[in-house]
Amino acid sequence: MSGPLLKVENLTKHYPLGSGIFKKTIPVIRAVEDVSFSVEAGETLCIVGESGCGKSTVARLLMRLVEPTGGRVLIDGTDIAGLKKDALHAWRRRMQMVFQDPYSSLNPRLTAGQIITEPVENFERLGRRQRQALAADLLRNVGMSPEMMHRLPSELSGGQRQRVGIARALALRPSLIIADEAVSALDVSVQAQILNLLLDLQQQMGISFVFISHDLGVVEYIGRRVAVMYLGRIVELAQCEALFAKPVHPYTEALIAAAPVPDPTRARLATPVEGEVPSPINPPTGCAFHPRCPLAVERCRIDVPPLVPMADGRVVACHVRAPAGDARHLAPVTGDHPLYPVAMSDTLSIRASRVHR
Amino acid sequence: MQMHQTVGGDVLLDVRDLQTHFYGEDSVTRALGGISFQVKKGETLGVVGESGCGKSVTALSILRLLPRLTAKTVGGQVRFHGRNLLELSDREMRQIRGDQIAMIFQEPMTSLNPVYTVGHQIAEVIQIHTKASRSVAMARAGEMLRLVRIADPERRVNNYPHEISGGMRQRAMIAMALACSPELLIADEPTTALDVTIQAQILRLIVDLKERTGTAVMFITHDLGVVAETCQRVIVMYAGRIVEQATVIDLFARPAHPYTQGLLRSVPDRRRARHRRLPEIPGIVPSLREPITGCSFAPRCPFATDICREKTPSLRDVGSSHATACWRAEEVMGA
Repeated sequence: MSGPLLKVENLTKHYPLGSGIFKKTIPVIRAVEDVSFSVEAGETLCIVGESGCGKSTVARLLMRLVEPTGGRVLIDGTDIAGLKKDALHAWRRRMQMVFQDPYSSLNPRLTAGQIITEPVENFERLGRRQRQALAADLLRNVGMSPEMMHRLPSELSGGQRQRVGIARALALRPSLIIADEAVSALDVSVQAQILNLLLDLQQQMGISFVFISHDLGVVEYIGRRVAVMYLGRIVELAQCEALFAKPVHPYTEALIAAAPVPDPTRARLATPVEGEVPSPINPPTGCAFHPRCPLAVERCRIDVPPLVPMADGRVVACHVRAPAGDARHLAPVTGDHPLYPVAMSDTLSIRASRVHR
Repeated sequence: MQMHQTVGGDVLLDVRDLQTHFYGEDSVTRALGGISFQVKKGETLGVVGESGCGKSVTALSILRLLPRLTAKTVGGQVRFHGRNLLELSDREMRQIRGDQIAMIFQEPMTSLNPVYTVGHQIAEVIQIHTKASRSVAMARAGEMLRLVRIADPERRVNNYPHEISGGMRQRAMIAMALACSPELLIADEPTTALDVTIQAQILRLIVDLKERTGTAVMFITHDLGVVAETCQRVIVMYAGRIVEQATVIDLFARPAHPYTQGLLRSVPDRRRARHRRLPEIPGIVPSLREPITGCSFAPRCPFATDICREKTPSLRDVGSSHATACWRAEEVMGA
């Protein structure tokens, strides 16, 4: 295997507001702006951020459920954005999605068995016996008893429904599963069951995950690398341990500080970051976080900060904490950069893609 | 204002053996199976548990806001200033709601009226309970918005709920709840629908206002992190009953009920090794439609023995201000 399984380059999605036949310029929602990352086979990349940061739009772009405005999504080197309908259909076998809401993402009129074998039947005809054997297999994979295949979603608990959703995603033996807030609607005891299941499946089958969540506890538990998004852009991308041990971007820092800690002896209720996420229709100039940022300087109001590689391999978009062109942050140049393999737009790009692991 | 109390001078709300049932077409759901607890003056009491454990039903039963056709509080007492709220007339109850006991809900969009301005809705509460004139009430509404740290309150009083953000709506709800300086604020998952940085702001606001006004808070949440950061005492509910009651420090340090223990351990926590399996609670919550024999947690409990399956445990002391409904609490605390 050479190269990452999934490579995302400068992915951008703008949603136009209204059709604007008579208008010269149509206002757009800048949902995703110039997002790049890669996922190795068998690893988990988490995308974390608050509502409206574009994390779910990224998921939909990866699956090509929506068409990107710009940029590329490469699976094993093939750009799925360029694929025609039939070819795309075939590529979809390799990536599957698990959704947040186990209530609305399952067809209430199909049995669990029908739901989980449906993806396979999109590609090949199954006999009755084959279908039952497959359904039983898949249910066992997700820790459910095969008898459950005859149940309707309404006869299953929330945790069981989410297991069915995962079984459906596994049916085609994908290389990549995109889980969009897959445990957010679940109670903590059930959430623990599902997180364990996902980790087990990854170990057994070597599946890569793009795990999208707003819950930092969950992200820290399951992720190997984490991308933090704010208002459509990645502001920091780092190894999980490094990110939580020492966040560099002020937004990452604020996010980690804001998460409640389940330990009353450590409870501190830190002074929270002020203000709210601005509208993506008319985002602030320069760094989108500057109106809330305690460190903001003049330059933050003017220039969008580029992602700059740091010595420990992470990339950070911040004029103050990671000034571009400051050689102190740059480590020796050897081999491919694991965190940010994609060329960036300025001169740093060449060095960025060749920073030491 | 006579202070007619039976248990201690500092008890504000005294709930005794509260039982609430929901009626379906051919079934009865015993949502609250007889719960007893107290809220002391000026304290923050956390009520935790997972979906369906009865924590919201507790709040709605206290304030008598249950849907009339399908639910009924069939037993128990809710004593507040020496009176049983369950025996008051609807009119008397309306005078207490919003004045002495106020409530904020999870979803601030659905709990504000979309066709009135925020200022109008806050002023309405003030006018109902204080007979203040319209202009006085509107001025006070503006002050309340400033109290909850809404920027530019003079302009915001004239905004409709859809014109302001989710975090600001929740601030407006808090302003409305605190407008008449209630003695008790019931907050039902007030930050669950909010982003984590906004949640931190709202939690901070609730804690600050509580300290400033001396209002007692009953904080209903499923999030143990939120409990740890805001509450002094906690009750843990499971399947319509209280299974444990303790100070927040004791609860996290020495959980005495296996359910509490399981709940605490299943939260992803950075202080434990990553990628190690999370301890899970096997099985699922029992249906409250069927009568339960013995302890309702027994089928999922690693400590369960015969007595657990036969006899329902009641709350008993296992330390100072620490009680649990478990036959085997001593073993659980030693584990």
